[in-house]
Amino acid sequence: MIEVKDVYFTYSNGVEALKGVSLTIKNGDFIAIMGENGAGKTTLVKHFNGLLKPTRGSISIDKVDTTTVSVATLARKVGFVFQNPDHQLFSETVQEEISFALKNFGFKEETTKKRVMWALNLLDLAKYRETSPFMLSGGERKRVALASILAWKPKILILDEPTIGQDYQQKEKLLQFILQMKAQRNTIIIVTHDVEFVAECNPRVLLMRQGKIVADGEAQKVLTDPEILAQASIVPPQITQIFLKLSDFKLPKEVIDIYDAREKLLRVLEKQPD
Amino acid sequence: MSLVETKKLTYTYPSRTEPSIEDVSIEIEKGEFVLITGPSGCGKTTLCRCFNGLIPHFYQGEQKGEVTVAGLKVAEQPIYEMAKHVGLVFQNPENQLFALSIEKDVAFGLENLGVSRKEMKKRVNWALKLTGIYDLRERAPYELSGGQQQRAAIASVLAMQPEVIVLDEPTSFLDPLGAKTIFEVIHDLNKNLGITVILVEHRLDLTSRYIDHIVIMDKGKVVLDGEPRKILSSEGARLIGVGIPKPIRLYQILQKDKVNLGNNIPLSSDEMAAMLREALKE
Repeated sequence: MIEVKDVYFTYSNGVEALKGVSLTIKNGDFIAIMGENGAGKTTLVKHFNGLLKPTRGSISIDKVDTTTVSVATLARKVGFVFQNPDHQLFSETVQEEISFALKNFGFKEETTKKRVMWALNLLDLAKYRETSPFMLSGGERKRVALASILAWKPKILILDEPTIGQDYQQKEKLLQFILQMKAQRNTIIIVTHDVEFVAECNPRVLLMRQGKIVADGEAQKVLTDPEILAQASIVPPQITQIFLKLSDFKLPKEVIDIYDAREKLLRVLEKQPD
Repeated sequence: MSLVETKKLTYTYPSRTEPSIEDVSIEIEKGEFVLITGPSGCGKTTLCRCFNGLIPHFYQGEQKGEVTVAGLKVAEQPIYEMAKHVGLVFQNPENQLFALSIEKDVAFGLENLGVSRKEMKKRVNWALKLTGIYDLRERAPYELSGGQQQRAAIASVLAMQPEVIVLDEPTSFLDPLGAKTIFEVIHDLNKNLGITVILVEHRLDLTSRYIDHIVIMDKGKVVLDGEPRKILSSEGARLIGVGIPKPIRLYQILQKDKVNLGNNIPLSSDEMAAMLREALKE
């Protein structure tokens, strides 16, 4: 469980990035943090693995205050995948990159091997095992960065913009993986601008603006409220946009899913779904 | 002759044995807004590097076939010559910005072309204003957010006023409204100034409304090439898995339910809403 109590954070250059954030994230929660560039999303999640410590207020992970433990200790529990994979990758081969942390955490060689293979296969990287991460495309490097964290199966997983540069099929796989993690009661926190992806996952959505949380609720509620979305520079999902434009036809506006859209439209068009 | 043309283009990076693009033949006309898409690692970025001569001049490796831009054979032109015709905006803006201030970064290409000081000032300000970062012009690139850096990278290419701009996922770090603004800026440049746009993007939902030509690649080859409405509603596009925009998918689902929405395939939620409006009125 992550407990955030009235957290303020000011960078050394004087920028006040968080201005009183409070929230509770329970084990097994799946959360998408959204909001405009510079809203404080990445600053907030960097507090969850202790990379940043609050200027005021407190953060605790499973009742342990983050100021009392090292980042290395927290890392075992909280995995963080950066937005830009190049800030994270450094090994000569994809395989080495993925086994690095496992070795550091003292996993046995046999376990390390198994975990590495598992992560390689999961993210469709097995064919690049011996390749340098820097020879890969942007989307592929991103997957290497993700694999290297997933390999040690952290209980809390933070993904900063995981869908950037990923094609449709990779996104579908990521979605399946997240749902599987969630089913195993892991906590997943994604920071993302990808409204369509969020509409498909239907997580709890936290909307941030200027260092504060301005909305917190189900995706279906938050992503269909055009006023609150505009405040956070978010454009509604395409399906929602269609329904917002048809509001004079006695159609509900809280629609984000395509099959839900079909059902609602057929009802008004007086056709029976097959 | 088309403005950009590749003929049986095959390219292999120096350390690779397999070609990254193979037998690519496409024609792009002046003034078109072209989207190049396809699964991760399909060769989109490699193809972009062929348009301005980064391939083969910088990356070396082995190239077969031919690329011509504005009648010039890219392989025979130095990169600085191609830079007057083709502007390339990279996926990761950090790879592109290096000067002490954003203003200097945007002016850099023009300084190299020997443009007069007055003209330079004019073009730099124009590009900074278009991309909405004029107020940040004295800041250093590293002081900017990812999204602001992407705007700066686009501005530095716009200032060169090339005939063709090639953008490789130019808004991946931007919030949705920021991305929309950038796509609209690019669309305006295309419509008002006639600049040919070649855009690489996975997110068809954000871009399909602007395009008039689409090229879908898979495993280094061009598999579909043509008019967006036709291509995006085809079985082929669905099978490759490029993420068909939701309005088209909803249109197709409703068609199976025998809802008559007409024959025009919707490229945007606006178009789909208008078609549904007609059906709902009946």
